[in-house]
Amino acid sequence: MTAAENSVGIVSPKRFRHPAPFVLQCGETLEGFELVYETYGELNDAASNAVLVCHALSGNHHAAGFHDASDEKPGWWDACIGPGKPIDTSRYFVVSPNNLGGCHGSSGPLTTDPSTGRPYGPDFPAVTVKDWVASQAFLADHLGISRFTAIVGGSLGGMQAMQWAIDLPDRLHSAILIASAARLSAQNIAFNEIARQAILSDSQFHQGRYRERGRNPDLGLMLARMVGHVTYLSDDGMGRKFGREIKSGDIRHGRDVQFQVESYLHYQGRSFSKRFDANTYLLMTYALDYFDPASDFDDDLVRTLEGTRCNFCVISFSSDWRFSAERSKEIVDALMMARKNVISCTIESDQGHDAFLLPIPRYFDVLGGYFDRLFTEIDHAR
Amino acid sequence: MRADLAIIADLINRGARVLDLGCGEGDLLAHLKTDKAVNGYGLEIDADNITTCVNKGVNVIEQDLDSGLDNFADGSFDMVVMTETLQSVQAPDQLLEEMLRIGRECIVTFPNFAYWRCRVHLALKGRMPVSEHLPHSWYDTPNIHLCTFRDFEKLCQTRGFEIIERFVVDAEHINRPMINRFPNFFGTFAFYRLGRPH
Repeated sequence: MTAAENSVGIVSPKRFRHPAPFVLQCGETLEGFELVYETYGELNDAASNAVLVCHALSGNHHAAGFHDASDEKPGWWDACIGPGKPIDTSRYFVVSPNNLGGCHGSSGPLTTDPSTGRPYGPDFPAVTVKDWVASQAFLADHLGISRFTAIVGGSLGGMQAMQWAIDLPDRLHSAILIASAARLSAQNIAFNEIARQAILSDSQFHQGRYRERGRNPDLGLMLARMVGHVTYLSDDGMGRKFGREIKSGDIRHGRDVQFQVESYLHYQGRSFSKRFDANTYLLMTYALDYFDPASDFDDDLVRTLEGTRCNFCVISFSSDWRFSAERSKEIVDALMMARKNVISCTIESDQGHDAFLLPIPRYFDVLGGYFDRLFTEIDHAR
Repeated sequence: MRADLAIIADLINRGARVLDLGCGEGDLLAHLKTDKAVNGYGLEIDADNITTCVNKGVNVIEQDLDSGLDNFADGSFDMVVMTETLQSVQAPDQLLEEMLRIGRECIVTFPNFAYWRCRVHLALKGRMPVSEHLPHSWYDTPNIHLCTFRDFEKLCQTRGFEIIERFVVDAEHINRPMINRFPNFFGTFAFYRLGRPH
């Protein structure tokens, strides 16, 4: 199959405006909000074939296809979404929003605060995974979707799928949690804090008001991304990809040596600082750190999940140490104790946390098989 | 459905909470789901088997039995089932203890190493038995803890497992009169339903 045959092709983002006040978990109120989103495939007459894709920390609404014929890269999960792919757009209607507080079109630090007439910047209120779920539910209402066949996400996206299952149990048939966790570990929070400090201590940060001064904390964002990126890969994976290969310089004289891995990280960091907003990065990492649905249930994850009514599919990756298979196992064990339907597997891979974005054959077999099965379980008639 | 799974399905009550250790392609659980309103869980480690279970809508969990079952709480299942897997785990005795901790009862099936053909193979040819029900050569067999019915019952006695029911069959999973007279000689497979004496 050629790329054109199994791609969703050229897609255009759409915009949804929620006109009424929206009270956030932190207590602050937004006088309405906007979400930018993309859709792939067709919603059937019964509106029963919808799939919500939730993005992770640095993702956005552009999950599949191309915005322009000249785009070099497709959306972030193009390998998984399209005709004949695991999330088959010839069957499913896929909705992919940019989260509230994002920096790619949805209301967030870059948009204008109606009360001051200038960009929110660091004053955009703190948002939580719960807020994201509530805002996505308004988008679903707008699209006429009362119940999703599946809500799927990796990492922070999986946390949103889990929160949906807890908060709005009747609005989804299935939650697919990939390389995710019920709460972050201390080590995980620690990595986020290093990334935040890199941004906060950048002299160009200006207490988050860098845009108004025509500046950007490029260096801080770059460092944040470099740290993050290393934690998304595994030692073996990096060894295989880069080894000790030298990009430039002469190691015998110890002068101007640059390893391939350094060059790669610099490139990743630099390109990230061009496409991502620092205030959004801070906001998203706080949402990650604070996510802990069991804290509302005396830290009892079994009780937390008792009220859910959907099926679960929990997938982890063997070399992922940022969201390890153990974290997924905690969710699976709690789901079994709560007597919920659950399927779980750990995919063998040396690609660390990033594996959830990659077309690993066994991973896609399971995911595709799961979506095929779901299609037989949904009500196609109104 | 496989004849042995039909025998096991008969032993399970409607709506029971079932855990299937080494659930393979999920046939037993798929059958129990449709016929007995049982939504159990299956533990499996083979990737292809797991994918097959996913396709069937069976609750399959990737978990290695040799890493223990301490993620399951005491008495969390009505029935814990293990078909033809006992002989290939690292510590069959400990696993049986675990099965009876997690489940109120358990069903275990395994091949009989004292089946007369095995005895003849070893006695006359002087070689490790290879047959339809034990098809592997000694060097590549997953069956590292083969036993006879008598061995198994001795273990149950020592550990205080109550044998509630025993059902012995031939290679076609048929129970014949001769088998019941000399099960440890003519029986190929046995189904044991175990519990803890009250």
